[in-house]
Amino acid sequence: MTEPWSRRAFASLVMLVPPLVGLVCVLIGVAPSGISGLDAAGPALTLMLVYFWTIFQPALLPPAAVFLVGLLQDTLSGAPIGLGTLILLGVQQFVGHERRVFTARTFGIAWFGFGMVAFLATAAGWLLGSLHAGRGIELQPFVMQMLFSITLYPLVSWLFGQIVRVLKSLEEAR
Amino acid sequence: MRQPQLRVNSFTAPAKVLMQRFAFLALLLLSVGLVILGKVDSVLIERGRAVVIDAMAPVLELAARPLLTAKDGIAAVDSWFNLYEENRALHEENERLRAWASTARRLAIENATYRELLHVRPEPQVRFVTARIIAEGGGPFVRTVVVDAGTNAGVEAGQVGISGTGVVGRVLAAGEESSRLLLLTDLNSRVPVALEGAQARGVLEGDNSALPRLSYLAAGIKVHPGDRVVTSGIGGMFPPGLPVGAVETVANGVVRVRPWVRFDKLDFIKIVEYKGEPGPIPDPAPPSGAPLPALNTPGAAEARPAELAPPPAPPPIVTSTPKPTLLAPADDR
Repeated sequence: MTEPWSRRAFASLVMLVPPLVGLVCVLIGVAPSGISGLDAAGPALTLMLVYFWTIFQPALLPPAAVFLVGLLQDTLSGAPIGLGTLILLGVQQFVGHERRVFTARTFGIAWFGFGMVAFLATAAGWLLGSLHAGRGIELQPFVMQMLFSITLYPLVSWLFGQIVRVLKSLEEAR
Repeated sequence: MRQPQLRVNSFTAPAKVLMQRFAFLALLLLSVGLVILGKVDSVLIERGRAVVIDAMAPVLELAARPLLTAKDGIAAVDSWFNLYEENRALHEENERLRAWASTARRLAIENATYRELLHVRPEPQVRFVTARIIAEGGGPFVRTVVVDAGTNAGVEAGQVGISGTGVVGRVLAAGEESSRLLLLTDLNSRVPVALEGAQARGVLEGDNSALPRLSYLAAGIKVHPGDRVVTSGIGGMFPPGLPVGAVETVANGVVRVRPWVRFDKLDFIKIVEYKGEPGPIPDPAPPSGAPLPALNTPGAAEARPAELAPPPAPPPIVTSTPKPTLLAPADDR
């Protein structure tokens, strides 16, 4: 009944893929872009990652992985440590809870779902950020980031989809 | 395809869901704890952050490289298209700078003569390090950048970051091989500034927007769009007279300043060690006798480049070796 060790090793390697993709998302997110205005509000790649994997392969992105990705993002981006992590964990719980709603037949609904989640995450981010700063902070960068994220979601989710496809084909080939 | 997967999930659900819920709650509490700890003991958290950034610096550098290459490529193509225009602009600028160079040379000689006459202590040599940006804030919460120079290169918290056009910000925390700078536009940035040419001082307050706010100006000060803003040197964090930006808008008592630094075009930052060292004579007596000539005569203000703006405090004057000078008080002899 026990699985061969190679299969188990492969399974644990697969488990590493989404957090590693998360690491890449964080690194791209903090890399100096140099495009006018974008430095203030790059797209929230980690938000897309958490949304996508919670819908399609929730077992591969446990809360601990989301926590680590969020923590690294907060640390490198200079944000208050724990704040972004809190939002990503909240998003994971929300999407996981409403997974049946978000697991849509058409991409349009999944995109709309992401728009909704991005809106909620933005609102939560602004509220928590303002609470942390002790005053209302500039809203524009949050809105810019939300719009960028929603616009780029089709492209990024397609890329994530390719990764999932490769993983599945590797698994089937075994 | 999806249906069987869901069934398997619901079959193994109870124990797994319970465990995940517990993990989620624990991590949620941990995150809240970290946020609170960051508020209570920011030094500890920032030190931890500096260590992590330091460890990640090589990876950050590697990740930034493709983007930097792409940026350089775009800039190269862009400059090919603008060769004619750029050449013309450079010629014009060259003409203007030639005129400025002769003025600066004359002022430098004049300045040196006055300094000698007044026995002004020579200014300390300014040490600086030029560092490349390897990471940006990237989020809507802060305006910070990470550069690839740390304590090993002499960078320390509190040092000033400048670029060719003006003040960028100051070093918030330094690791061994990297450091993090708080930009002028950040929510937590406060820079003591002055309106050049006017005796008006204020504080430039960042708020995460592109145009920081000029606050704490004395009542009755007239501010106009286009007025130049420089550091005032008060508080000792920034040296006086560094160019900061120009007033962009004045509306309903709110003055907004556009920094001269284009933060999105920044590649390198010069990190300057500035020390407001006390002079050899700790308590210079106020000069008596004839008052000093006004520093802000219209002609003088016009001819003075930003870097030579008057410091707020008079330079220490060596009074122990009195010599007959142009400005020596009469009762010193």
